[in-house]
Amino acid sequence: MKHRVFQFFLIFTGGVLLIAGIQRQEAFTVLTKAINICLECIGIG
Amino acid sequence: MLRKTVQIVTAVLTNSYYKGFLNGTIYKGKSKFFCVPGFNCYSCPGALGSCPIGAFQAVVNSAQYLISFYLLGFFLIVGTLLGRFVCGWLCPFGLFQEWIYKIPFKKIHLPHRYDFLKHSKYLFLLIFVFFIPAFISNDWGVGEPAFCKYICPAGTLESGIPLLYANESLRASAGALFNWKLAILLFVVVLSTKIYRFFCKYMCPLGAVYALFNKVSYYRIQVDRKICTECGNCINACKMDVIPYENPNSPECIRCGACKEACPAKALSMGFNIPIRKTNFKRF
Ligand code: SF4
Ligand code: SF4
Repeated sequence: MKHRVFQFFLIFTGGVLLIAGIQRQEAFTVLTKAINICLECIGIG
Repeated sequence: MLRKTVQIVTAVLTNSYYKGFLNGTIYKGKSKFFCVPGFNCYSCPGALGSCPIGAFQAVVNSAQYLISFYLLGFFLIVGTLLGRFVCGWLCPFGLFQEWIYKIPFKKIHLPHRYDFLKHSKYLFLLIFVFFIPAFISNDWGVGEPAFCKYICPAGTLESGIPLLYANESLRASAGALFNWKLAILLFVVVLSTKIYRFFCKYMCPLGAVYALFNKVSYYRIQVDRKICTECGNCINACKMDVIPYENPNSPECIRCGACKEACPAKALSMGFNIPIRKTNFKRF
């Protein structure tokens, strides 16, 4: 039972953090990075 | 067979912007707000989603943020639900390494006394994915995505090679850094022919994140102690060097199911909703 509560706590905390991240516009930072060719990823930047 | 199918379908579906491969461009749609669970470069011409490790670095290396709540939340949710099931079933780079391993070169199985080397992936996570991007910055407060830039062989394979092949202006800009990354990719490929999932075991920061959740994730393995005869067949079947009947939820287990199939007594079960206490016994 304790473990189930812990699992739920982790998921719940994850949800809260995810929403907080979206509110802080982090998802836009991710999108902006992802829709432009990442020069570091391809090894020229 | 089911696992292979899921791996291939996931890799194809999440990289299905085929025009990118033809034109040497990448997908620019809104689906890239979201991360895919596995290791999949967002600059792969076909990629429809973002790579969680690239995305984490993109947030922490920007001037506004020191840490990414968005990605921490993502890791907590995916990790708690699936743990390293992602590695065994949903990661294109894991699948790539499994194919490479089929090349019939002599295989190396490092003895368990070298297991400590597998902790190196946590160092890659801490140093290249967090510390350097977050704390080493230029005059404008912007850091470098150090793992993507200096290490990531998936970026070179999925993005660097196809984009440089199809896009002449990018090709003209390639220099020493590209050669360095190509050398790392070659190193990983050569070792992956000899050591099963070399990159996953020793280098992958995303595998390191999910490994932290294997002991608590919903998806897990259970051993029925009453019928396990400790014959060791599961140990021989496990290419991740886990001892399944002793430590079925080891951080190294990628939930491939090979141990379960090899067990003559049918003592291993794998899935969601398996009670936690019964599975974890003996060694920790
Ligand atoms: S360890 Fe990394 S590369 Fe390997 S399967 Fe997991 S996420 Fe993919
Ligand atoms: S063989 Fe079993 S213990 Fe080893 S990685 Fe696969 S599922 Fe995990």
